[in-house]
Amino acid sequence: MDVNTTYDVIVIGGGPAGIAAAIEAYNENQGKVLVIERNDSLGGILPQCIHNGFGAINFGNDLPGPEYAHRYEMQLNELPVDVMLDTMVVDMTPELDIYTMSSEYGYQHFKPRAVVLAMGCRERTRAQIRLPGTRAAGIYTAGTAQRLVNIEGYMPGREIVVLGSGDIGMIMARRLTIEGAQVLGVMELLPFLTGLRRNYVQCLQDYNIPLHLSTTVSKIYGERRVEGIETVKVDEDLNHVPGTEEFIKCDTLVLSVGLIPENELSRKAGVQLDVRTNGPIVDSDMATNVPGIFAAGNVTAIYDLVDYVSKAGEVAGRSAARFARAQQAESHEGSRVVRLKPGANVGSIIPQQIYIDDLGDRDVYLSMRPNALLERMVKVELDDGGEEVMSFREQYARPAEMIIRKLKARDIEKLRASHGAELVANIS
Amino acid sequence: MSEQKQGDYRTRTDICLRCPQGCEVQTMLGPDDEILNISGNKCKLGREYVEQEIRDPRRVLPTSVRVKNGTRPLVPVWTPEPMPKGMIMDLAAESRKIEVEAPVHVGDVVLDDWRGLGIRLVASGEVERAE
Repeated sequence: MDVNTTYDVIVIGGGPAGIAAAIEAYNENQGKVLVIERNDSLGGILPQCIHNGFGAINFGNDLPGPEYAHRYEMQLNELPVDVMLDTMVVDMTPELDIYTMSSEYGYQHFKPRAVVLAMGCRERTRAQIRLPGTRAAGIYTAGTAQRLVNIEGYMPGREIVVLGSGDIGMIMARRLTIEGAQVLGVMELLPFLTGLRRNYVQCLQDYNIPLHLSTTVSKIYGERRVEGIETVKVDEDLNHVPGTEEFIKCDTLVLSVGLIPENELSRKAGVQLDVRTNGPIVDSDMATNVPGIFAAGNVTAIYDLVDYVSKAGEVAGRSAARFARAQQAESHEGSRVVRLKPGANVGSIIPQQIYIDDLGDRDVYLSMRPNALLERMVKVELDDGGEEVMSFREQYARPAEMIIRKLKARDIEKLRASHGAELVANIS
Repeated sequence: MSEQKQGDYRTRTDICLRCPQGCEVQTMLGPDDEILNISGNKCKLGREYVEQEIRDPRRVLPTSVRVKNGTRPLVPVWTPEPMPKGMIMDLAAESRKIEVEAPVHVGDVVLDDWRGLGIRLVASGEVERAE
């Protein structure tokens, strides 16, 4: 089989991260760029996210998901970038051999000069939260229910319980109500809402959908179809509280219980993953440990705003194009590498490392996921052995909202002036 | 929204929807529902939001309508201008009867000036015509 070596940059995944990466990879170098997408259209998850709330940062506009994707797709279409739809990457090696399958093109072998991983994420399922009960029909992840309602035009059920108060769960509770279903309640294991407060108002309160905190689903009843569920209260350690069980008659259970970056290919290519983000360890150029492989978007860590996914895609695309042009990894010789570690109240941070002397005028976004709910002014700081190197204030810290800081020139000056090889991010 | 009464005076608490921050805004209202005091908002959007929310609460409706002869059965639509909150379910029910002919493009007006109220349903996605 012939190896196609004509591409400078191949982007795997045509969602928001991949489209932005492809546009910027082309703009950086005017080289040959290919986007490989397994779906029959571009846009990733956005075409089914028909609610508004996208684009506030990148377009200064509150747009529905499909329109946000469409704007980027139009920009991509104006460029001589190749797109292969309905095509699955089945294997990838650390030497950047990419093997694809598609009914139109068959089995193909590519070897580009650089790769951007933009495969996004997938939903946690019932099995991953070990939810007991029968295997009746009527149990869906929120994304599957969303696809059925918004793309295929089917209603998943009539009387619905949602487990998980993340934004997707709340948005689907509203969506199913608008389409005529009865949503009996949203159950949340944690003692606080895990999505945005405004979604609590505009998705639940507006439609009189009750939210039950510190509550989970303990049983599912029904043989062929779900006939009801049992809920139970949980204590501070998230253990079931006996005697608090309640039966709810329903025909559908929608699960909104988290997202996991999709990294099977990354593993095959020898890309090192971070146990906290479940995504590749990346530096400030979105480069992974494998020379020539870059990553961006939900494949690196779960974002809550697509605008920042696009921005990360742009960084990865530019970096991949520069790598392709140089035909080698950028030499970071002489540049100090600073590793970033999560500390107090920080669950994860990307990038995990910065080549501090090679930043030039490149955009660097620090993205931190708080793991505590602090409803007050907080200080976010990077410490070097207990000494503060740089800090900034935020109005609050919430697990539902990533704290994102675009590094300013004076931040970078402060980082350069530090001495340690490792900085710890703390929120206090 | 939650509300507390003290004689002729009321204090309502709203979570502002204008940005992801979601400020809790307290508004004191007098006997004639006049706004006496607004607090808790961190910017002027919070004041604008509660003033609007008290006078005439509005929301955006995102939904979908059926497509005839399209490559997909549905096209997403929305009300780019926020509409009266109390009418959302009426418009949602009415939108289920709408069917548009493919192709449909982003920005196509699917329903104009609903009930003479200036409310529009506009396509936010693309559906090609099936060959």
